[in-house]
Amino acid sequence: MKTFAYRTAVTPADGLEPGAVFLAGGTNLVDLMKLGVATPDVLVDVNKLPLDEIADLPGGGLRIGAGARNSDVAADPRVRRDFPVLSEALLAGASGQLRNVATTGGNLLQRTRCRYFMDASKPCNKHTPGSGCPARDGDHRDLAILGASASCVATHPSDMAVALAALGATVRVDGPAGRRVIPVTGLHRLPGDTPERDTVLEHGELITAVEVPPLPFAHRSTYRKARDRASYAFAVGSVAAALDVHDGVVRDVRLAWGAVAHRPWRAFAAEERLRGRPATRAEFTAAADVELAAAEPLRDNAYKINLLRRMTTAVLERLAEGARR
Amino acid sequence: MRLTVNGTEHVLDLDPRTTLLDALREHLGLTGAKKGCDHGQCGACTVLLDGRRVNSCLLLAIAHQDSHVTTIEGLDGHPVQRGFLEHDGFQCGYCTPGQICSAVGMLDEVDRGWPSAAADDDPLSDAEIRERMSGNLCRCGAYPHMVPAIRQAAGR
Amino acid sequence: MTTTTKAVGAPLARIEGPEKVSGRARYAAEYPVDGVAHGWIVPSPVPRGRLTAVVADPTGDTMAVLWHGNAPSLAAVDDPELAVLQSDRISYRGQPIALVVADTLEAARRAAQVLHLEIEAEEHETVLRADHPGVYEPETVNPGYPAATVHGDVETALATADVTVDVTYSTPALHNNPMEPHATIARWDGDDLTLYDSNQHPSGVAATVGEIFGVDRVHVITEHVGGGFGSKGTARPNAVLAALAARVTGRPVKVVLPRQAMFSMVGHRTPTLQRVRLAAGRDGTLSGIDHQAYSQTSRLYEFAEQTAVVTRHMYAAPHRRTGHHLLRLDMPTPRWMRAPGEAPGMLALECAIDELAEKLGMDPIELRIRNEPSAEPESGVAFTSRHYVECLRRGAERFGWSGRDPRPARRREGDWWIGTGVAGATYPTMAQPSTARVRALPDGTFEVAIGATDLGTGARTILVQIAADALDVAPERVRIRIGDSTLPRASVAGGSSGSASWGWAVTGACRSLRDTGRDEVTFDSTELVQRQETEGRHAYGAHFAEVRVDAVTGEVRVSRLFGMYAAGRILNARTARGQFLGGMIMGMGMALHEEGVLDPAMGEWVNHDLAGYHVPVHADVESIEAAWLDETDDRINPMGSKGIGEIGIVGSPAAIVNAVWHATGIRIRDLPVRLDKILDGLPAS
Repeated sequence: MKTFAYRTAVTPADGLEPGAVFLAGGTNLVDLMKLGVATPDVLVDVNKLPLDEIADLPGGGLRIGAGARNSDVAADPRVRRDFPVLSEALLAGASGQLRNVATTGGNLLQRTRCRYFMDASKPCNKHTPGSGCPARDGDHRDLAILGASASCVATHPSDMAVALAALGATVRVDGPAGRRVIPVTGLHRLPGDTPERDTVLEHGELITAVEVPPLPFAHRSTYRKARDRASYAFAVGSVAAALDVHDGVVRDVRLAWGAVAHRPWRAFAAEERLRGRPATRAEFTAAADVELAAAEPLRDNAYKINLLRRMTTAVLERLAEGARR
Repeated sequence: MRLTVNGTEHVLDLDPRTTLLDALREHLGLTGAKKGCDHGQCGACTVLLDGRRVNSCLLLAIAHQDSHVTTIEGLDGHPVQRGFLEHDGFQCGYCTPGQICSAVGMLDEVDRGWPSAAADDDPLSDAEIRERMSGNLCRCGAYPHMVPAIRQAAGR
Repeated sequence: MTTTTKAVGAPLARIEGPEKVSGRARYAAEYPVDGVAHGWIVPSPVPRGRLTAVVADPTGDTMAVLWHGNAPSLAAVDDPELAVLQSDRISYRGQPIALVVADTLEAARRAAQVLHLEIEAEEHETVLRADHPGVYEPETVNPGYPAATVHGDVETALATADVTVDVTYSTPALHNNPMEPHATIARWDGDDLTLYDSNQHPSGVAATVGEIFGVDRVHVITEHVGGGFGSKGTARPNAVLAALAARVTGRPVKVVLPRQAMFSMVGHRTPTLQRVRLAAGRDGTLSGIDHQAYSQTSRLYEFAEQTAVVTRHMYAAPHRRTGHHLLRLDMPTPRWMRAPGEAPGMLALECAIDELAEKLGMDPIELRIRNEPSAEPESGVAFTSRHYVECLRRGAERFGWSGRDPRPARRREGDWWIGTGVAGATYPTMAQPSTARVRALPDGTFEVAIGATDLGTGARTILVQIAADALDVAPERVRIRIGDSTLPRASVAGGSSGSASWGWAVTGACRSLRDTGRDEVTFDSTELVQRQETEGRHAYGAHFAEVRVDAVTGEVRVSRLFGMYAAGRILNARTARGQFLGGMIMGMGMALHEEGVLDPAMGEWVNHDLAGYHVPVHADVESIEAAWLDETDDRINPMGSKGIGEIGIVGSPAAIVNAVWHATGIRIRDLPVRLDKILDGLPAS
């Protein structure tokens, strides 16, 4: 860990000096600092900013402060009632100890778990631009099948972000250049030629809140995560979904996938395909296939295509069954 | 730098890079919290921060000067400790203080009605205890003896 | 003489329990030592090459940067990996090539990260292949067995058999990963060296380190050990580096391995490729068994795992052959990991037996019973005791095996395919010479002293029980001292032999004290132990697993795991249960989770932390039970005990893999069984 100066943020719009980063829960940043992958000169602690409130929005939405801890969001009765997919995704992630510290904003901004990125002694275009991507020929079983590039096949590791992407949530950002609102689906970039940039945020911009818009049918929503052990493991594939079925026909659907791309992957094409069609197993699978047509698997991760197809079908079937009851 | 641990305030001159875990172990002589992985992947360093269970290896001490830290040394005689003794909920003992602190924090979470991914009706069913305690690795595999230990401590 | 209730066998609670649950138990890195400095190991970033220069940042706040260019010379010992910082040769990625010493941990770690290394990298090879031209047959395999055996004509048996099985199973590199990282604090007082060190053998570490530094007085203190599973059986580089740095700096030095380093310099279980061929008649009688195992070792040191040795005594067959084949690679040296040999060997053998049962349409338990030998099939030596068949039969009753539909992929419950599997277990019964001392103290208590260690096995408690019975007193009157190299010399806590070896010496000392009425007796078991036969002594068991496989994702969960053992006299029912269950859980990890993921280009297991290398978490362990037969065997040692520390990991992986087949119809022959290997073959619902 490189030496750093430490100060406390006074207002969200403070911004950052060059070489500085915000410190929230730190569960990912401190980890990467110890590994020598993150080497900030200055840590600006935002934990004292009053950003941890979970507030009602008109019409049934929620504003979740960026500093709200993952465990508090997962346990919030409004989240559990109106957006169960979000609570389930949070509870599927990390451990009780980590959820008690990790924040909403920090969870969105956590960095990939690609093993090459997390090792400063290895090449990686994300931590050392231009050094190459050994994952393409090396270990990539857990990595991206969608939206990857020659220079990076990393995945975004968050479970929570997948649920937020499905729910159409937005992030509120503050900074020296003013405030702005970004959809969660547009927060993370695809890697392209500049994988060192995870998100569209500018230096000094701070996420202050996540807004989940009203979505009445999201009370019937769920998150399913496949992983290599029963708990405390990152996803090898996950599905967040909400389904609105009327008279056996899909009136609306929200679908997002985790552990398949550099960002939480909102399956817009699958959603488009499903709207107005019968809520049947065959249609669910066909919709997943529409989205998966763009997949470009590597040597060892083609299984994710089958995994996501099967999980998507099963999750939507389960939601459709629930709607019939 | 100030740190309040088990009710005592300490004033320390620490490198800002010092984690809460290293402050406890290397500077305060409180070696109950263990370093198993140093990256939030094993739970051996679990302590209670303002009553909540956390991984002390991922917290910078400098950022937690206003918090109250409770370590295993501050839990002397807790029912969870007695449960672990009575049910042989450990072998080598290295993960044990973290398991116990985690269980204490977990039981408080249950009292507050927090859900878990196990999603059982009974928040202290075997499956719930296992899921809620999954952030603490035990390589000896003493897990089956921890479940009754924790349930006993919860008065069940 | 008064007669007391026997202590041995009673479920006595761990003596050190209160220390462990209160956080007061001290592990190696936790001793307060004035003026201690921190050492941080610099691992090689390449698998093969030469280190030509090390350039430290002159502005860095370090006390010393040691490498082969400036480190003092050390005497060579048997293990070349302990010749740290002595040569420019790099033999594996992760090898310690420099050590940074600083006042604080934070400064040492950073200085190590930014240290400039000049390295001439060379081409490397890191992939184990059976057809590699460099594959050779070692002379012996660990710990001294012949590498190959041949009896009869296995090829003819295979050519003329009614039914044959010819399968290749592979297991990946596995990593011990005890929760406590390897750690040492070293302090010199003149030529006296004190090491607070985490290991399984304080007397052995003291002797080795003494030889390396050419000193006689090395005091190794190992009061509590946070697990080892074989990886702490001998001195590891941390002990030598700490002593070296303390010598150079004149300060006590602490070296704790980061978790990442525990995937390289402390040993691991070698990957294996195993071809098993079975020849059988229609009635299931085996006529031939062939088990050929391929494994790897490093450029530095030949460690040849005894993978196929277990096949030499498991089942009867007139024609048989076993062999071991080794390949040297630019990789770390494999060493002991819980049941080296038996754990991977029984995976291949017991899965092959299951495949044979399927081909024969025969119950896999009956098939095993059909081939029960009356004496060791290769040596002809009679077993001191063997209750394998009873383990299978009684275990089957307890587990509820009868009525099982042998056909795979028949049982579906909700989203899950359900299946059950069985596999045998065995582990050799061993003992090594040790010395124990007992003193009668004026207050009526007895102090038993032996340089043993308790890694969580319950050794401390069990030795008290053994001593109490040998002295014919209540255990409360016995005080035990272990974990210190200045105590009478004890053997390594390994090979499931600790209780037998140390208990033998303790029994001898205590009986002698009781019989002679002396105040102090020291007893050396060497002669007694060396008089023993080495063959025909084994513990046995049977593992039963019920798994469920997610019909959508292919995720596997173990709903039930049961082990029935015949392991001689159980010395402490409470700690024994922990040993059995712990072995079974590690076996579950081997079956389903654990794998060192090799990147051949990097020459490294790239998932080298506990987020990437999955060991079972609490949620993975559902219903799990162990039970044992009351087995009496008075020919093995005075306690009648066989080792129990390792048998739980032998066969439990095979039972789980066989159950996955029964659930889905899919034979996974390359471990671990993970969803990506199952998904495409899942039956249609």
